[in-house]
Formats: sequence, C-alpha cells, structure tokens
Amino acid sequence: MTGRLSPSPAFAALDRAAADRILILDGAMGTQIQQLGLGEDDYTGHGSGHACRHHSDHPQQGNNDLLILTQPRAVEEIHYRYAVAGADIVETNTFSATTIAQADYGMGAAVHDLNVEGARIVRRALDRATAQDGRPRFVAGAIGPTNRTASISPDVNNPGYRAVSFDDLRAAYLQQAQGLIEGGADILLIETIFDTLNAKAAIFACIQAMQGHGQALPLMISGTITDASGRTLSGQTPTAFWHSVRHARPWSVGLNCALGAAAMRPHLAELAGVVDTKICAYPNAGLPNAFGQYDEGPDDTAVQVAEFAREGLVNVVGGCCGTTPDHIRAIAEAVAQYSPRKVPEYV
Amino acid sequence: MSDRLLRLSGLEPFVLTPDIPFVNIGERTNVTGSARFRKLITNRDYAAALEVARDQVENGAQIIDINMDEGLIDSKAAMVEFLNLLAAEPDIARVPVMIDSSKWEVIEAGLQCVQGKPVVNSISMKEGEEQFRHQAGLCLAYGAAVVVMAFDEQGQADSFARKTEICARAYRILTEEVGFPPEDIIFDPNIFAVATGIEEHNNYGVDFIEATRWVRANLPHAHVSGGVSNLSFSFRGNEPVREAMHAVFLYHAIQAGMDMGIVNAGQLAVYDQIDPDLREACEDVVLNRRPDATERLLDIAERFKGDGGAQKREKDLSWREWTVEKRLEHALVNGITEYIEADTEEARQSAERPLHVIEGPLMAGMNVVGDLFGAGKMFLPQVVKSARVMKQAVAVLLPYMEEEKRLTGGSDRETAGRILMATVKGDVHDIGKNIVGVVLACNNYEVIDLGVMVPAQKILQVAREQNVDVIGLSGLITPSLDEMVHVASEMEREGFRVPLLIGGATTSKIHTAVKIAPRYSKGAAVYVTDASRAVGVVSALLSPSQQADYVDAIRAEYLDVAERHERAEAAKQRLPLAAARANALKVDWSDYCATPPQFIGTRVIEDWDLGEIARYIDWTPFFQTWELKGVYPRILDDEKQGEAARALFAEAQEMLARIIEGQWFNPRAVVGFWPANAVGDDIRLFADDDRKQPLATLHTLRQQVTKRGGRPNVALSDFVAPEGRPDYVGAFVVTAGPEESEIAARYERANDDYGAIMVKALADRIAEAMAEMLHERVRKEFWGYAPDEGFDPQDLVGEPYKGIRPAPGYPAQPDHTEKLTLFRLLDAEAATGVRLTESMAMWPGSSVSGLYIGHPDAYYFGVAKIEEDQARDYAARKGMDLAEAERWLAPILNYIPRKRHEAA
Repeated sequence: MTGRLSPSPAFAALDRAAADRILILDGAMGTQIQQLGLGEDDYTGHGSGHACRHHSDHPQQGNNDLLILTQPRAVEEIHYRYAVAGADIVETNTFSATTIAQADYGMGAAVHDLNVEGARIVRRALDRATAQDGRPRFVAGAIGPTNRTASISPDVNNPGYRAVSFDDLRAAYLQQAQGLIEGGADILLIETIFDTLNAKAAIFACIQAMQGHGQALPLMISGTITDASGRTLSGQTPTAFWHSVRHARPWSVGLNCALGAAAMRPHLAELAGVVDTKICAYPNAGLPNAFGQYDEGPDDTAVQVAEFAREGLVNVVGGCCGTTPDHIRAIAEAVAQYSPRKVPEYV
Repeated sequence: MSDRLLRLSGLEPFVLTPDIPFVNIGERTNVTGSARFRKLITNRDYAAALEVARDQVENGAQIIDINMDEGLIDSKAAMVEFLNLLAAEPDIARVPVMIDSSKWEVIEAGLQCVQGKPVVNSISMKEGEEQFRHQAGLCLAYGAAVVVMAFDEQGQADSFARKTEICARAYRILTEEVGFPPEDIIFDPNIFAVATGIEEHNNYGVDFIEATRWVRANLPHAHVSGGVSNLSFSFRGNEPVREAMHAVFLYHAIQAGMDMGIVNAGQLAVYDQIDPDLREACEDVVLNRRPDATERLLDIAERFKGDGGAQKREKDLSWREWTVEKRLEHALVNGITEYIEADTEEARQSAERPLHVIEGPLMAGMNVVGDLFGAGKMFLPQVVKSARVMKQAVAVLLPYMEEEKRLTGGSDRETAGRILMATVKGDVHDIGKNIVGVVLACNNYEVIDLGVMVPAQKILQVAREQNVDVIGLSGLITPSLDEMVHVASEMEREGFRVPLLIGGATTSKIHTAVKIAPRYSKGAAVYVTDASRAVGVVSALLSPSQQADYVDAIRAEYLDVAERHERAEAAKQRLPLAAARANALKVDWSDYCATPPQFIGTRVIEDWDLGEIARYIDWTPFFQTWELKGVYPRILDDEKQGEAARALFAEAQEMLARIIEGQWFNPRAVVGFWPANAVGDDIRLFADDDRKQPLATLHTLRQQVTKRGGRPNVALSDFVAPEGRPDYVGAFVVTAGPEESEIAARYERANDDYGAIMVKALADRIAEAMAEMLHERVRKEFWGYAPDEGFDPQDLVGEPYKGIRPAPGYPAQPDHTEKLTLFRLLDAEAATGVRLTESMAMWPGSSVSGLYIGHPDAYYFGVAKIEEDQARDYAARKGMDLAEAERWLAPILNYIPRKRHEAA
C-alpha cells in the first residue's frame, strides 16, 4: 500500500498550500470547449491543429479528450484561463481517457498519449501562470467513471449481469494513472463517482501505479449524489460511500457534479460530520434548464459555495458542469475570507 | 471521528460503536451453516436464496455472512452470482457483507463484486507470513476489514499461549508492515468443542475467553469474533442444552470483549432465563470449574432434551398463593382472565370504596404493564390482553360504583385525560385505531371511540360536548388523507385548540407536516407512528410542564420536513405526459397469443371452504397489524419478539379453528372476464369477442418520473394488447363476509377488545387469502393461461406466478374511483354484498377487489406523482370535472391544484 511509499515532493507543497486557506479547483472543461464551436475536422485535427496519428473509423466530434492531441493550444488556453482566474489545482482534460470510455470512439490506442500529453499541457499552462504571480499550482490528473457500471446491471431482466468487470476497470484505470503520472500529474483525482465499485477499481489501480512509480501521490476522491434521494446512482448514502473509499487514505474526499451548490449542501454537511481527511466540493452551476444549459451566473454560484466555506465544511472548492473561469474567479474571491475546514485527528 | 471504530458499509454505513456490545452476524446465507441455503444454492434457486438474505436483514442482522464453500458447488461462480444479484436488492444490500471462504480465490472474486466496505472471513498465517502479507495487502487495496484466524504454519491455536502469540504476531505484521488500520482487524481465536470427554478439551472455552480478554487489552482497537456453534458440538441433537451452552459462553466471552460472532439468534437462550441447574452445569463446563463438569452436564442434559422445556412451561399456579394486590398485578401483566372476577371481588370487599380498587392495585398493575411496554419488554398483543383483564375487572366494580354514586352523588374517577378517537368519514378500517384506544385506556386515559365513517361535524360536536383533551383521527385508504385535512380545517374554523393526532397506514409525517399541520395553526397536529408511541405523545401533549416545548419542537420539525419536501419535489424532474407516453413499455405483441378465458361475463363463487382458505393465509401482515415486525415464520424464533409472537400465533390459530369449525364467516366472491384492448392509456372492454360493442373503459395512469437506463414510464394499459390483437382482462371482488363486524361487536360488549381486534385481523387475512386463492384458480382454471402451475400456497406470497391483480387505490392505479367501474361490471354489490362508501372504501372492510392482467411481462409498479397535464387528460378521458379528479388524485399530484373547489 501507499502507506509504505515515500510521499512525492508535490505532496508536502500541497499540504503547505492547504494549511491556512481554502484551495481553488478549476471549473468545467466542456462548457469552454463548446464555445470554441469545433467541427469534426477540428476534432480529428484535419481542418486545423495537429492531425491525430491514431486512426479510427468512428466520428470524433464530441470526443473532447482527443483535443489534447489535435487542438493542444486551445486546450492549454482553457487551462491557463482557469489558472489566472485563481485555480490552485487544475484538472487534466482526461475525464474519458480510458480504453473503456474511448471504445465508443474507437480511440483505445490513443489512451496512453492522451494521459501523458493531457498532464503535460496542464503543466505548461500552470507554469505560465506561476511565472506571472509566483503562486504554486498543481496538476490534477482527472480519472472519470467511464460509461460502464460494475455494480449495476444494464439489463433489467438480468440483474446479475455486469457489462464490465472489476478487473477490466482496474486494467483500464492502471493504464490511465500510469500515463498521468508519466506526464507529470501532481495529484490523481478520481471524480464523478456514481458507482463506488468503479471507484474502488480506480483506487486499486492508482495504488498499483504509485507502487510502480515508487512514490505516493496525493489522491483526491469525489463522489456524485445523483438526485434528491441523497444517494449515489449505485445507491449509497454519502457516509456509506466514505466508508467504502476510506482505505485509499485520500488527501481529500468530496462531491461534484449532478447537483447545484444548494442541493449539494446537506450531503456535504453529512460528509463533513464523518470524514477525517480534507473535503473538496465542486458543484454544477445550478441545475440545467429545459435546454440543458446552466443559468446560474458566477455570483449566484459563488454565494452558495461561500456558504460551504462559512460553515467550515470545505478545504477545496471549484466548479463542475456549467461553470466558467468567471465562476471560478467569483468563487475564489468569495471564499478568500474563510478558513479551511479543520481536519479532525485521531486521539 | 476522532476514534478508531470499525466502519463498514453496504448501501448504508455501519459503525461498531461502544453502544453496540455485540454484533450478531447472520449465518443463514452460509452453505456450511444452513442446510436449506446449501440446497437452494445447489439447485441454483437464487431467488429463494435472496429471500433468505432478506429475511436476515429484516430480522435485524447488521452484517450478513456469505459462504459458498461446498464440494459440489462452483464456489467462486456462486459467490460472484449471489453478490451481483444481491447488489440489485437495495433492502438487502443496505447492510455490509462478510465474504466467507477458506479459499482465497473465492474471497478475491467476492471482493471484486461489492461496492461497500465488506469483511473478509478469513485470512491467516496457515501458509506462512509471506502469503499472509500478500493477502492482507490485497484486502487493504480492495478496502475490506479482515477476520484473522489464530492459525499458523503449525496449525490452529488451541491454548491461551498459542492464541495470543499468533494474534500478537499477526497484529504486528498487519499494522507495522502492511499498514493495516488496527480497527479493521477482527481476530478469531478459534472456538472448539468442549465436554467431549477428552480431558485436553476441557479448557478450550476458558482459553478462548482469556485470549479474547488479552487481545482486547493488548492489541489496541482490534476486535474479537468467533463461530459459537462449534462449542456444543458434542451435544448435537439436544438443542435446549446447546442453546444454554451458547448463551452461557457468550455471556462470559462478551464480558471479556468478544464483540462480534456468528450465532443463530433464533436458537439462543436468554442467560437469565436458563434453568438455574442447567445454567450452573453449563457454566462449570464452559469455565472448566470442576473436573466432573462434563459428567454432571451429561447427567442432567437428558432432563432438558426435547420436552424438558415443555415440562417447565406447564401451568405454574404458585402465584395464586400471593396477596390479592400481587395477584391482580400478575393477572394484568400476564393477561390472565381466569381468576380476575374473583380477585377483583375479593379486593373490593376489603377496600373502603370500589373506586379504590381501580386507583389502587389495578392502576398499579397497569403502570407495571406501561413500564414494561415502554421498556420494550412487553409487546402489543400482550398489552391488549392486559387491557382485556383490566376491562373485565372494571366491569365487576362498575355496578358497585354506580350504586355508590346513586347514594352519594359522588364524582367520576379522575383520569389522565379524555381522548376522542374516530376513523374519518368514508373509511371503515379501525383495527389500528382500536389498538391505540386500548393502549391509551391502559394508561388511564378515558377514550371516547366514535367508531368508523365519522363525519367531521360529529367529531367536533362530541369533542365540544365532552370537553375532550385530544382528538385522534385514523384512516387507511388514501381519500382519508384529504378528509383529515378537512377535519383539521374545520377545527381551525371553529376555534379548537386541542391537539390533533393523526395515525393509520397511509398517513405519514410528511403528509401531516405538509398538508394537515398548516391547516390547523391554532392547535398542534401530530403524526403518531404506531400505537407504542401514542402514550408518550399524549402524555407530553397534556403535561403542563412539557407541553409548550414539545409542541414547539414538533412545529419546528414539521416546518423543516415541509421545506425539505418542497425542495426535494422541486428537484425531481418529471416528464411531460407526451414524453412519458413516448417512453411507454413496449411489449412485443407479435409473439403473444392471449388465452381466451373459460367464460365471458361474470360468475359468482360461493363454494368456499374456510379451512382451505386458511392454508393460503400470509401471516407476516397479521403480525404487522400487532406491531410485531418480522417475517413469518422466522418471527416465531425472533430473539426479542419470538415469545410474544408465538403466543399471539397460538391464539390466532385457536380462533381460526373456531372460525372454521363454527363457519363464522360466509365468504363470497365474484369474478369476470371480458375481451379487452388498450386504447392509449385506457383499457376498453367489450361485451363479446366481436369487439364491436364497448362495455366499459378502465382508465389507467402513467408514471411521469424521469427514468434512467432505458426503463419505461409504465401504465397498466401497456400490459394489454392494442386494438387489432385479441386480449382479455378480468376483475374480481372477494369478501370474508359482513359477519366480522357483528362478531367483533360481540367481543367488545364482553369487554374483550383483544378478541374483537383478533377477529377483525383474521377476517382481513381471510379476505387476502381468498384473493390469492381465487387468483390461482383464475390462472389455472377460469382464465386458464397457466393450467400446469404448481406452487405451494406458502410460495404464492412471493408472487412467483405470471400475471398481476392490481387494485384501484393502490400504487399501480391510485384512483379509487375506478372501483365504481369494476363494481358495475361485476354487479358486485348484488353478487357479494360488498358496498362502496363515499370515499370508495369497501364495506365490509375485509374485502379485496382488483383487475386481472395476464400478460407474463406484467408487473406491479407505483405510478408515483403526476403532473397537471396528466390530471387534465385523465379527467377529460374519464368525463370527470378536473376539480373532482384532482380531489381523488390529491395524494399523487405533483402540484398544488388551483383553488377550483373548497373541501366539501
């Protein structure tokens, strides 16, 4: 286990940065990419940017992760905008960079490159921002849930069936984690967890990747409460979810996506009552309207997120779907006056 | 948080806090512990195997042990299959699992299937430290707690020295080398059989208990567990002695720090209640207190074998020697009516006034009952029996009191408060209300029971005339919810301030908080979960010192509940009706050929045999009526409620035998079938197979909640073939008969509320059993689409058969007014004598009605909340005024209807 490994240099720097203020995580990637208005040729890099050297017969429009290889400058620019808006931690654009999630695009072969380059691009963007203000910033390698569930059957008539096994997930996540570490990620961030068994496979893989690397990286784990039931898609309560992932000894645990800040608050409060590590929250900009768009403006979101901070619930805050650099700037300003949550210690 | 407690999870968390002295791990899903489970798994009957797991959870298991180690089973495949299926059952998957196998590959396969934090049972140093380290590291990476057996290369540890040495070594490796959290380590220091006749075995019990004590004192945060049944292996076949040995052993081991164990809770004696001779002999053996302990236990064991227990239970009449006060108390606590009249008369003769007998020994006895009930040491059926004794005692005194009153013009007796109880207008169900009334009366409240179908004005009038302190409303069907809102509004309008209690099966805290409390702002509307809470709530509401705080706390809580409800509802997204219809269930009709029923039209069924009906009774709801929660038959062996459940069951069987013998009820039923086709969300019925002459239209409601994962938005009409393809539906009404209320009234007149409630509860069960039985006959004979079906009556509880019988007013069709169509089609009132009240409740209450749908894909579902677009569409289809439709659908509307009407 990672307990036997020595911590990476970034580990101590991150702890120092988080000691006396609430750290800021970046916001949504998808909203920013949408604004670029890219077409199929832009995605494959045949119109503009770099042509992708991995071949696929599937259309690539919508494969946002692929832009790391085909539109690296545009992706770097988004990361940079978040960094200067106030983000201390910026996520790689690798939410779907696993063989499982890329299977739909026929881009399994690109997965290693996506993760290595994905981390490098964020590093470049952050170095540019740090050169201006001297603040340390951290690359979080984003590990998404994939589009399969390990503990829910997709077939109503066959509840015992599983479309993906723990071992398939573990192998895919291992490849992703290795790529992210190779590209220079400071942190591994397992996010948008709607099935905790997927997350447990990702944790297993991250532990393996760290053992191979010879150093322990800080691990951030973020679950998703899908609706007003107050449970994950796979049915766990926030506390049960925490019990299920606590063995990873994460640097932080928390919630993101699906809910706006107001709806997320009670679940975050539940976690804050039981978690003995740092807490990270990055809600959506409210709920999507009838057209699938998010209406909450930067100040609306910031006021609600500041409420988390005022109540002493959080150590890291940021934004998920629908948030923009302006949201992150507003959030950073709104929480600046509050102290981070004090992590309870064992007696 | 700032502690090191064992934290596990299923869908819900489990924390082993110091408040939990001992975690009993269910062992019925263990093929080595349960012959029945082994058979189910060998036969691949996973559905029944899941029921075994569900029973354990329902009966309170905090963790379930799953073991598939059996030579004839592919253990790994069975473990994976069972855990995957279990994950799809939220009511089972809420608790953590213990993955139990002696094979590591089975354990690892299991670890890959659970999203929660499980326990691995077990790992050990049997194959050396290296293997142990490897497996422990994997358990940590998978996120599991572990049971570590005291086992090393040399074998299983049997002595105190070996047990502690191995545990200490394992602890050091786990915590220092592997980095295992100490609170996630559970040691199993091996429980071996004692009293085997082999001298070396005599100290095994002591060795375990002392090793436990040592582990808890020296290995911080670690836990101790064990499989208890091994201990008594040499007494196989003598269950009473085995149970006593286990109880004695656990008593001492738990004191030494054993905090988990695999125990069959149904087969565990209570330490205090073991025969003292047997207990001492067991203690001598378990604690190895004397060299001849084994012989002595063997000597007396025969005495307790088999009917030894029954002998003990023979009537003990020694209490008849006690003082009259103690005798009255004993009779009240134990519900014995046999001597109550003589004892009361004796007490009266020595009392100054007859009233003193009530206020003295009788109330003292009832206070003991109240205390025991409050402490969970008595159960509801026992309390109701106590009330029966009390009433009969009071009946003896009453003539003397009236005589005294006549002579002196004296005052009535002091009571704790006067409470009006009523089942609201339109509703006939009163079992729950009667139970609450009895419990309150037991606690010295004067109860004025207005019975069933009581209009609001009558309630208010009596409340004013009698100057009552509390009003309690009860109801079972959903329209009663609205009627309660109406009563609350009327109370407000007329300036009432007395507390209003709300209870009954469809009522809820949310409904009370959202709909009733806001209408009664001058007084307090309080939801009462069940009869056991009634006394606490009423005494707080009437206590001058607690009243204000209590009411404020309730108001604040309800306000919070209402706000949260509003937010939650706002966050739930529902589909427009058109979108829900587009996502209807799409049955492939091309390969479906509906079986034509034996007859078209109706048939009255009169040849009912009460004895045969009794075989179809599902007893679990019967126990629920009496607030005993658990599944029959397991509830009879339940550690806490078992005794009460067995006594209740015996009396129910006795009354059932009398009902059958005396033909107390005259069950009747009517059933009908018609050609039918779905037309949109409706089902059109035709007079004959030409399908030209429409007979009636059954309207159905469609789910509007947003569905995930391709699941459809269902309406009942989806299960019936569309026009152009022959299909049929059926309908039925069954009733146990109108005799029930007359018989119950007879018991009430004899001051036997217990008997009255019992006969009603049984009548309900009989009606439900008739519905089950008739449905079977429909499938096999009248409709005949499953002529070869062969289920046992008791299997039918799980609804393993094809087709459904949804009832109007239940989740699949929440609109009670559909009963009108059904009754008209069946001419049900003429055929069975069952009538509909203005709230669409059936009278007599022990009646069941519903539709028959035969398609094999049909299933039960809940419509849940609907939007205004559907309410409008539905009202138009039904030809009903929108306001009226909204009134009937009120409980399922996801919006607040505009003020088109005022509650009548």
